[in-house]
Amino acid sequence: MDEESKLNGRYYGGVDCGTTTTKAVIIDSSGTILGSDVRRSGANLLESAEEALAEALEQAGLERKDLSLIVATGFGRRSVSFAQETKTEISCHSRGCYHYYRDALTIIDIGGQDNKVVKLDASGRKTSFKMNRKCAAGTGAFLEEMAYKLNIPVSELEGLARKSTAGTELGSFCTVFTATEVLDRIRGGERVEDIVRGLFISVAKRILEMEMLSGRVVMSGGVVAHNPIVAEIVSERAGVEVEIAPHPQEMGAFGAALFAVESRSTEEIREDTLSVSRR
Amino acid sequence: MSEQKLLRRPIAAAKQLNEMMRDYFYRMDRISKGEEKGQVAWCTSTGPAELLQAFGFVVHYPENHGAILGTRRVAQDYIPLANSIGYSPDICSYLTSDVGAYLKGETPLSQAYPGIERLPRPSVLAYNTQQCRDVREWFEFYGREFGVPVVGINPPRGMEEVTSAHIGDVVQQIKDLIPTLEEVSGQKFDIDRFREAMRLSRECSELWGYVLGLSKAQPSPWTFFDGCIHMGPAVCLRGGQEPVDYYELLKQELGQRVEDGIGAVENERFRIYWEGMPIWGKLRALSEQFSELDSCVLVSTYCNSWIFSAFDESRPFESMAQAYTEIFINLSEPAKEAYIEKLAADYKIDGIIFHDAKTCPNNSNSRYGMPQRLEEKLGIPTLTIDADLNDLRMYSEETTRTNIEAFVEQLEESR
Repeated sequence: MDEESKLNGRYYGGVDCGTTTTKAVIIDSSGTILGSDVRRSGANLLESAEEALAEALEQAGLERKDLSLIVATGFGRRSVSFAQETKTEISCHSRGCYHYYRDALTIIDIGGQDNKVVKLDASGRKTSFKMNRKCAAGTGAFLEEMAYKLNIPVSELEGLARKSTAGTELGSFCTVFTATEVLDRIRGGERVEDIVRGLFISVAKRILEMEMLSGRVVMSGGVVAHNPIVAEIVSERAGVEVEIAPHPQEMGAFGAALFAVESRSTEEIREDTLSVSRR
Repeated sequence: MSEQKLLRRPIAAAKQLNEMMRDYFYRMDRISKGEEKGQVAWCTSTGPAELLQAFGFVVHYPENHGAILGTRRVAQDYIPLANSIGYSPDICSYLTSDVGAYLKGETPLSQAYPGIERLPRPSVLAYNTQQCRDVREWFEFYGREFGVPVVGINPPRGMEEVTSAHIGDVVQQIKDLIPTLEEVSGQKFDIDRFREAMRLSRECSELWGYVLGLSKAQPSPWTFFDGCIHMGPAVCLRGGQEPVDYYELLKQELGQRVEDGIGAVENERFRIYWEGMPIWGKLRALSEQFSELDSCVLVSTYCNSWIFSAFDESRPFESMAQAYTEIFINLSEPAKEAYIEKLAADYKIDGIIFHDAKTCPNNSNSRYGMPQRLEEKLGIPTLTIDADLNDLRMYSEETTRTNIEAFVEQLEESR
């Protein structure tokens, strides 16, 4: 990095401290990603956030002091004590997606423990948002639990589902009851591939009952990053085209970094820099 | 990350409020212990309280006790006890927490008011099912426990507006309560006492309406969360002189704030409507979160439900029938929608929060598409929070906080 850019403070950090994974993204003022990291959140959220940011900075060839501002988001955003500001993940995923599409959007984010459906108008403003209700059925945690019950690594779910010839429709809303239902169906002779596809269908159905999908539909979040089949099923079921956003898992952190660029504090820093250079 | 700001602006009149409520609970306790002459009747929060007062009953409101259990965050400790004797976790959590506390022989009043060991024993219980059927089931339980009469009004429900036919029906039901109340109290019905209770209740109601209306000021001098506490006298003591005096006092304090341009929230940027039940165990936490976000929740259907504009002592039966039948919770969906629409305009609201209370379907108005219709009509966003009035096991702290924060971010974007 050239020293002048560094001195002008043109680098920004976004940290998304999720229930399952923590993501960090470093960008410049144009929104170009210079470094990023994804790791398990674990029990110590601040430590994971520190490590994720350190890794992203190393990729970018920068140090913490080179960042003008860091914005934290996600469930653990208030634990990220080194961030100067916080924004909700609802706003950050929206901001991140809007950066790429500049259009009226329906954004679907499936995270570790929550699902969100956010609608933006053509100027990028939220017109509505919905989060899953108290239950975490149909989120990443649901898939992890089912993989565990089926004794299959989570990373293999997508591949198995693609081999399915007849997707099973699972009936229960409840993760625990679904596990019972799944085991029952295996005993009944159904193929694991079909059941795994059924799990993804279940995830898609939870989304579709949250909100009508309209306009341009974009998906983000860790679940779709690792299981793009979910986007295909949502598309089939809703009868609309569904796009997967670039770097879907890091979208929240990316949006947080974009907010850092636009922050009033950043404006103030710029003003200070300008007034110094004018002297 | 943010500078220290005032999260709650205390209301000085709260001192008198606390004293008044203390005196009220101690008086019922003395009567219950036979240390003071009199009888206690239990009544639903919008039941025929003034009629009971005309017979000299001091009135206890189980819903108020339910709210105390909620505010003290002990409701969920008692709910399972009621569940275990057949009262479902899906029904009113006022009912289940109150019944559970009774089964355990406990009340949070004991901590607040040393010497009070249990709730005052009722001589009679009187309900009005204009809110829900749960209140009747609740009172029938205590009727069996205490072996005392349970009387009530079962008015027509879900009307567009209350007609003379409805009034006729309810007036007759109110009059039908009299023989039982005469028998229990040993007193003949005295219409002048009834008129006097109605007159005082009307005065209380008018003043309560007035102080709530002060929130139309920008900035608002107080919040919905303050209102939930200061509504105590309008709920429990209406029909007497004390709440009239109290709301005069509160009117002066809040009126002065309006005059001085002092807001409850230090930097009021967004004005929010709360629709549905309070989340009693989270009043403080929510109040502080909204303050931090420079947002004032300043009007609610809930607090406004104790404004009984129809009360008229010259027509005590008819006006009681009218006032208690036309309350918000008893109206049709279009009438409810029109009511909220009007308040949202009068109070210059930026957004509406609907509380979908798990155990209170009758007072959860987000379930039939109303938020979406109001968003369209009013051009302002809504947010639905899934929680409960009392059962905090239905409350997800982080999800609720995030939803509220995102909602305010949405309001910010629309500026």
